[in-house]
Parts: sequence; C-alpha cells; structure tokens
Amino acid sequence: MKYIDEYRDERIARALAREIAERATQDWVLMEICGGQTHTIMRYGLDEILPHQIELVHGPGCPVCVTPLETIDKAIALALRPDVILVSYGDMLRVPGSHSDLFRAKAEGADVRIAYSPLEAVKVARAHPDRKVIFLAIGFETTAPANAMAAWQSRREGLSNFSMLVSHVLVPPAIRALLSSRENRVQGFIAPGHVCTVMGYEEYEALVRDFHVPIVVGGFEPVDVLEAVLMLVKQLEEGREQVENQYVRSVTYEGNRAAQDTMKEVFEVADQKWRGLGMIPRSGLRLRAEYAAYDANRIFDLELVSVEEPAECISAQVLQGLKKPTDCPAFAIRCTPESPLGAPMVSAEGACAAYYHYRRHAVAS
Amino acid sequence: MAERAKTLMALSCPVPLPARDRVLLGHGSGGKLTAELVRDIFLPAFQNPALSRLDDQAVVNINGSRIAVTTDSFVVKPLFFPGGDIGSLAVHGTVNDLAMGGAQPLFLSAAFIIEEGLPMDVLRRVVSSLKQAADDCGVQVVTGDTKVVEKGSGDGMFINTTGIGLVPEGVEMSANCARPGDKVLLSGPIGDHGIAILAQRKGLEFESTVKSDSAALHTLVEEMLKTTRAIRCMRDPTRGGLSSALNEIAAQSQVGIEIEERAILVREEVKGACEMLGLDPLYVANEGKLVAIVESGAAEETLAAMQNHPFGRLARNIGTVTENNAGLVTMRTLLGTTRIVDMLAGDQLPRIC
Amino acid sequence: MCLAIPGRIVSSEQENGLRIGRVQFGGIFRNVSLDFVPEANVGDYVLVHVGFAISRVDAEEAERTYQLLEEMGALQAELPPSEELSGPE
Repeated sequence: MKYIDEYRDERIARALAREIAERATQDWVLMEICGGQTHTIMRYGLDEILPHQIELVHGPGCPVCVTPLETIDKAIALALRPDVILVSYGDMLRVPGSHSDLFRAKAEGADVRIAYSPLEAVKVARAHPDRKVIFLAIGFETTAPANAMAAWQSRREGLSNFSMLVSHVLVPPAIRALLSSRENRVQGFIAPGHVCTVMGYEEYEALVRDFHVPIVVGGFEPVDVLEAVLMLVKQLEEGREQVENQYVRSVTYEGNRAAQDTMKEVFEVADQKWRGLGMIPRSGLRLRAEYAAYDANRIFDLELVSVEEPAECISAQVLQGLKKPTDCPAFAIRCTPESPLGAPMVSAEGACAAYYHYRRHAVAS
Repeated sequence: MAERAKTLMALSCPVPLPARDRVLLGHGSGGKLTAELVRDIFLPAFQNPALSRLDDQAVVNINGSRIAVTTDSFVVKPLFFPGGDIGSLAVHGTVNDLAMGGAQPLFLSAAFIIEEGLPMDVLRRVVSSLKQAADDCGVQVVTGDTKVVEKGSGDGMFINTTGIGLVPEGVEMSANCARPGDKVLLSGPIGDHGIAILAQRKGLEFESTVKSDSAALHTLVEEMLKTTRAIRCMRDPTRGGLSSALNEIAAQSQVGIEIEERAILVREEVKGACEMLGLDPLYVANEGKLVAIVESGAAEETLAAMQNHPFGRLARNIGTVTENNAGLVTMRTLLGTTRIVDMLAGDQLPRIC
Repeated sequence: MCLAIPGRIVSSEQENGLRIGRVQFGGIFRNVSLDFVPEANVGDYVLVHVGFAISRVDAEEAERTYQLLEEMGALQAELPPSEELSGPE
C-alpha cells in the first residue's frame, strides 16, 4: 500500500539506525507521545535495532488509557439504561471502570455498539428516534474534528435523541506538565504526527522555548519513527533546540484550518483530568454552551461513586516515562491484558499492553 | 510547580475487576478467554485422555478402528456472505476439523436452532447450500435435529454439525507432536474469511471484493499424507486466526514456534481493511486454510504436494519449531527484529487509537 | 493514538451539502468525508481517520524526502553489517 509499505523498508530502517548509532556520542532519553508510535516501536522491535545510547520512553499518548475513570463509569451507567443505545469506538469497550467495563455491561443487557466513524452514531440516532443515542466521544486533537462534526450534524438536523459524552485531551499541555515535573528525564520529544496533521506544530514552539528540548513531529511507520529519532539525536548532538517536522507528507506548520475551525465551533478548551496523571489545567475539550442539548454530561443526571485506590499499578510513572512497564513488579504476573491493574495495560496502544503483547521479556532470537 | 508535580504523581488506578461472573462475547473468540473457559469449566468436568489432547477432533478407538469425531457450532452473522453461507460453512468447518486429524470424513449430523420468524426461503437456501457442500465433500448428512427459539433469542439461525470419519493406519497427528527443527507450512493467504464477514457488519461498512475462503480441505490433507507420514499435526486457523492455532500447538507441545513475517501472505484487500481498522491479520479468522507442522526432512516435498492442489497453490514455508521460548510464538518482522505473537485475550476490536 | 491511513480518492460527490469521497485503501473502498480537505481531488491521496480525511498527502514532499531515504538505504545495502546495531532492550 502506497505511503505505508515503503516506510517499512528494512534497508532504510537499518540505515537510519546505523546513522543514529554513528551520531550519538552520549546517552539520550527520548519520549514518543503517541500510542500509535509506541505500538510501532514494539511491533517492529525498533528498540532492538536502536543503539543502546538511545532510551525510548513512552508518554501518555493513548487517549483510551487516559480517559478518566468517571467517564467510563458514566458511560457504563448510561449504557445500562433501557432507553439508551451507547455507541463507542472499539478501543473503549475493554477499558475497566471502577467495577465493570462496557463489554460486561453489554453482557448484562446494555445496548452497546461499535462504530468506526462518529457519523455512524448519528445514523443510529436517526434510525432509532425512540431511543436515546449517546456517543462516547474520546480522543486527542486528531479525533476532535470528526467528533465535532457528529455534534454539528445532529444540531443541524435538529436530532433530539443524540448526545455525546465527551472526554477529549490535548497534547501540548500534557507535555508541558511532564516537562515541569522535577523528575523529568526526557531530553527530546517525538510529537504525534496525526495530532499535528490537524493542529499543525506552532503550539510546540512555546514548549521548545520554555523548556529547551528539541521536538520533532513524527509519523507512524518504522522508518518515520527512526527518522524522527535521528533528527532529535542530531539536534541534541549539535546543541540545537527547535521544532522540526519529519512527517512532511502529512503535517504542515498551520495544520488543517478547516478541521480546526470545526473543532472551535463545537468545542472549547477546559480543565481535564487524565487517568494516571491527575488534573491538568486547560488540557481538554468540552462542548460549547450552544451544544448543551447534545452534551450527555449536562443532559443526564448521574450520581457516581468512583473508587480510586492506590494499587500496585505504577501507570502514573509509566505514562510520564519515568518507569518502563517491565520495571513494574506486577507486570505480566498480576497485571496482564486479561486482568489489567491499570489503564496502560488495557488499551492496545497503552505502553504496558504493547510491551506485553509484542516483546514481554527480551525474547531470545 | 511542586504542587503540580505532586498532582502528576498521584496514582489513580482502578481496582482490578473480580473474577469473571458472566460469560462474555470474548469467551467465544478462540483466544485466551476461550482457553480459560475450556481449562476452568469444561476440562475438569469431562476429564478423559482423548479430550485432554485438545485437538480439533478426537480420535477414539472402537473395536480396533480409529474413529475421528468432532463437533462445531456455526453462529455466523450475516447468514449469507461473499464466498459462502452458514450452510456451506457448517459442512466445511466440521469436515476440516476431521481432516486436521487425518481422517477421511464420512458422515455428518446437522442440528438447526432457528429463530422464530425466519423466512422459509432463507431456510431452504441454507439447506440447499449445506447439501451441495456435503455432496462436494462426499459426506452424507445422516441425522439431524430442529429446534425453534423465540424471536430475539438467536441470530436467525445457528447450526451445529457433528462429523465422524475414519483415521487410516499409521496416521498419528496431534498438537502435542511438534518437535524442535520441524517446519511450519501454511496453505495460503490469511484473513479472508474474517474480513469478508467484517465488511458486512453494521457500523464498519466498507466495500470489498474479499470473499470468504470457506472450503473443505480433506483432499488437500489426503495429498499431503500420500506424500509423507512425517506430518506432526495440522490445524485450521479459524476463530483467533493463525496466532491461536500456532499458540495452541506451541503450548501443547511445549515448544517455541518462530515464523517469518515476510513469508506470510495477505491479500491486498485484506491488508487494506486491516490497516484501516487497526487489525492484525494474524488474528483474523480463516475457513479454508491449514497450518501443518512437518518434520524438516519432509517439508519440501509436502510443500510441493500442497502447491499442486487447488487449495494449496499459495502454500509457503513460514517458520520453524524451536526448543527455546517454549510455549511462545515469535515472529521475525519485516525489519528483521523479533516480536511475540501473543494469544489474544478476547476478540480483536477495530481501533481508532 | 490516531490510527490514520492513506487512501486514494477514486470519486467524490455532494450528499446533503457535505462532500463525500469514495477512497481506496489497498484493495478495499470506503466512503470518507472530505469536508476537511477541500483542496483534495480525485486521484489525490488523503490521510483518513475515523472516516474523515484529515489531510491531503503532499506527494511532492513525500517523493523528495523519500529519495533521500532511498539513497541511505541503498548505501546501507553495500556496507558491512555494523556491530552497533544490536542493543539490548
């Protein structure tokens, strides 16, 4: 497939790894933010071909993992109402809430449906005027324009039975929070290529300026990730601090204005709680007042008792790149994809799940 | 700054969910959850040597003859899909399970559980297709059963087929027979059936020309066994995909299995669908493919025999059985690095992430 | 996060005031909303996420940067294997 296969070329990948090895004169700690990039690194064993000087740590780049517990609990509570159809992206179905997850809710009789696109949720609402259709609208900035369109379209059509349970997270505030932490070890970032496809990379300049760390916008195929790593290493070795763009076939400085406009029309910035990280100010999106009739948070009255107990899970440290999944004493023993202790083990994109699924321990080749 | 750092470090993890108290859809996916159900409920209840080998079929001895018996239930939705329907699938699936034990399939039973309100015409079409498939395989449907359930209790129709066949002298194949050095042969491209079904599914609709690969493999197996008896075991990678089949063999034989990503064929359309939905073809169902573990000396001729048969034209040697990493399936990626091919927990879900 | 893959626009039309394109991914087709990529035309590649095109693939930029990668790769093929390349996890 064009623009995919050629970025999985072994020779090019090895050439990039070789160049990285030649350029790196000291150890560097680099973080990739996006779950998709974690997935690629694990799935293609990029840590195996990178030189030992490069330590790749994984950030909180999985919107599924960082969706607050309360949101999951709300979604489950709503799904269990007989008059509700809950529509969700596939990723969310297995994420554990305080006591259950959407799969179990389905087993208990909840009408839970998977959609690939948010417009399908709107279709369901049109097809079932007698039921309340709620769409679990999660994601980073990449997904916000599409989720916004679902709300926009429903409002335009005057649908009275469609609403969205929104939990959107924004990347730059999360990076800022990570870099502000005294324990931060990260020296360079690979910014998420699809988030930047929508938002551009202007916002990352302030981060470079304030924290003096190089940032490279990277794509998702193995060659993309390796090239982004090379660009970061070059910057670090040369003492430069800039925002650079590796993913030129898709990302521009301004990003996609049409998509941003739609987002702005429907959403506004709000404080947001990140599972595993806590509250980060102005790091999320919520529906604007004009869309109150489509905001499940405002329409439905939900009394929730959420359970938050300290457990063995060290996801906070994993999500900040301070620890690796393999550093966790529960990893692969008490915490597995079938019985996860925390969010990063649940989502296919979570760092712990990626490690478990693809590499688990250093597999003897 | 310190305040913020403290907030960041606050652990907010959920308690682990209690041991499962309800059966979930994932328990039928052919992955780890299914294995759990078998291990925790079915095996302890039924305990016997034939069952504990956990092959696709059971080979039992009746007065000196080795009879293979297998049963399978078909719950596919939609009932009719490109490349087949629940009727032909019900025949192929069971014939294949028999064939995986080297048995010559002979007789089938067919039990129908029909949802009230199903158009008679649909039933006729399914039965006609089932009959056609049985004729093509040379098997007879000798007994059956019919039940009707209330509207809303079934997906239109479920079919269970039980098959019996005869295992020839000298054919001993089982999932616990794989040995280090053996080769892994795959009969063709993977993922066709699962994607053909998924393309019909509401909410994921996409246009594709992918047809289910549903087919009866007993004549292919016959050709392979004519060539050599040094075939340790065979599996048809249905629910849970190639990954489940190989993981089961690795577990039962307590060996490692190393496969080559480059050697595994995936049709362009299947690849496109998998890329779009974030699915890994290794976990997508097949209904007309087999994987065979063959003693290394006999691998080349077995492969040739497969390629000579209509259902094995695209057969490939995809890997080796090893001593290390016992119980694990690993794959050498396109980049020459190694990853684990883990058994999936439940169903593979399309993702946006 | 953000699984988005490139596909080729095969045809496009207006439906209820919204622009929909039929996009080909490898061997399959899906209808995709083109509202965020007004500049994309039939024949162009777009990056698609949850049924929406979020960018038009810049074919020229892709070509240019890939050439450089290709050259690196070609050079790599001629060099002896490097000892540095196997790092423990």
